[in-house]
Amino acid sequence: MIRRLLSVLKARNLEFVRDRSALAWNVLLPVLIVLGMWFLFSGGDKPLFKVAVLHGNTALANLHNPFLETRFIDFFTVTDAPDAISKVEHNQVDMLLDLSDPAAPRYLVNGSSPKGYILEKILTGEKDRHYRREIVSGRPIRYVDWLVPGVLGMNMMFSCLFGVGYVIVRYRKNGFLKRLNATPLKAIEFIAAQVASRLMLIMSITIAVYIGTDLLVGFYMAGSYGALLLVALLGATSMISLGLLVAARVTSEELAGGLLNLLSWPMMFLSGVWFSLEGTYPWLQHAAQVLPLTQMLEAARAVMLDGAGILQVLPHLLALAAMSALFLALGAASFKWKHD
Amino acid sequence: MTGILEVKHLIKQYPGVTAVADISFSVQAGECFGLLGPNGAGKTTTVEIMEGITPATSGAVYYRGEPMGPHFKSEVGIQFQATALQDFLTVRETLRLFRSFYTRGLNIDELAATCTLGEYLDRDSRKLSGGQRQRLLLALALVNDPLMLFLDEPTTGLDPQARRNFWELIRSIKARNKTIILTTHYMEEAYLLCDRIAIMDRGRIIAMGKPDALLASHFRDMILQLPRDDFKVTPGALSEKVMDAGDYVEISTADVNGTIRTLLQQQVSLARLQIRSRTLEDLFLELTGREMRT
Repeated sequence: MIRRLLSVLKARNLEFVRDRSALAWNVLLPVLIVLGMWFLFSGGDKPLFKVAVLHGNTALANLHNPFLETRFIDFFTVTDAPDAISKVEHNQVDMLLDLSDPAAPRYLVNGSSPKGYILEKILTGEKDRHYRREIVSGRPIRYVDWLVPGVLGMNMMFSCLFGVGYVIVRYRKNGFLKRLNATPLKAIEFIAAQVASRLMLIMSITIAVYIGTDLLVGFYMAGSYGALLLVALLGATSMISLGLLVAARVTSEELAGGLLNLLSWPMMFLSGVWFSLEGTYPWLQHAAQVLPLTQMLEAARAVMLDGAGILQVLPHLLALAAMSALFLALGAASFKWKHD
Repeated sequence: MTGILEVKHLIKQYPGVTAVADISFSVQAGECFGLLGPNGAGKTTTVEIMEGITPATSGAVYYRGEPMGPHFKSEVGIQFQATALQDFLTVRETLRLFRSFYTRGLNIDELAATCTLGEYLDRDSRKLSGGQRQRLLLALALVNDPLMLFLDEPTTGLDPQARRNFWELIRSIKARNKTIILTTHYMEEAYLLCDRIAIMDRGRIIAMGKPDALLASHFRDMILQLPRDDFKVTPGALSEKVMDAGDYVEISTADVNGTIRTLLQQQVSLARLQIRSRTLEDLFLELTGREMRT
């Protein structure tokens, strides 16, 4: 059994590395991700708000307005008031501050803009209440620190689902699976080899992207790399198994593509790749727990941002292991070697 | 006599179609058994049921007297009508991959020598010619040194030279006492290679036996073939059956000398006369009343 499995694994790996276009894309994509992250997140903290300032002939520095000293707001000069108002109307600028008449300063915000609302609160302040101020210290976690596991997880998800699903459907469509079925090779041996091959590939790529991004951007890692590796391994296994389950019986690449999109798009938005689901409907948060990407990202962020160990993320690991076992068992049981 | 493979009352139905309609036959060890028929006759479905690839609706296939067990796949070799191989692998790597699926079999060099693949071992299998590719597929079917070999239309699409080379290869395998089950719609191929044949049409076996015996039992005549331009005969002068064969006419006769005498009396030029025996193709057309479908 092991000999057959290893032979299929080796053949699949050879096929992958010799397919220059697929290999180039799989190498290029992570490089692009690293460069994209570097471009977006290097250079320190970015301003949160954009405020256009009309200030006539007086230099901005000479206005001595305390609001203009507020950090994390990008103040920039404008001279064309109607144009600036139009930008506020369309949320391209969060606020227009008109200081051209020092005796009658005014501001314009879009009534439906959340950022405009916040800026208005900052500008007008709350004068009638006093709160005690206490400072806490600790290493700040930037958005990039939170985002990195999400982007890496998303890349893994697409590679696992499509990289396995499409290949199996192609093998079935061109009759290669039918030929294998005429040999003593068992479905579980073939499937296990596909899982192992894609796992080797995706883990190599993900580790390379992780290292490259860390070197370029530098991000927070509070936990152990061993725990993170285990999370990634189980996460990738569960998603590869899901791709195999989808491809277990399908004979059309178009149908496979549709089904894989049906799985990947909800995962991209509900698993917390780009934003947290905290604050959304509780039922949505519960529903998202059945997605392997959710389990993987929650565990990865717990390790990376909170320093959680294997015991703390054990429920996620068990969920991923259970999903992998379930998807693999269903995939092997329903696996079809040839189309009718 | 019990054969190495027994097919009993095999039926295969698809929605609205009966592909195989209650057929029974046995294949003897060491013989080359041919299943003939046009496309859609049911021969590929029959063979795939015999191979264990497709389940039958009813009926049974017995291998060495028993229902096909897990050892069956280890002891037979199969060459499908159309199959793809894993991309980007050389001939050697493809042979090694398939060899690894079996506990016993031939080594790669032996296989390469048998199937004359020696000089292509390090070539990407996608870059083989049609004949070379068919030889590779045959080598894959032989990789476990099988007792029985299924060849499903192995020479379809090959040029005449490659087809004849392939026939030589099959003859050499047959000489090693392998049982071969061959499907083909080339009657010449069946006649040259098969010890026994079964002709299928519309899911049924319409004739079965040794090729010469089948021909002898169905035909006692010879065919005289003349170009249509040369065939100028007074209506009613010939009592024999005259058949249209495109640019030729074919005269079926049991008395060749008598027919030639009649033609000479009619002052027909015999310069381009051809005389031939009945073939399996004639038999097929005789039995089905239809042209061969490709």
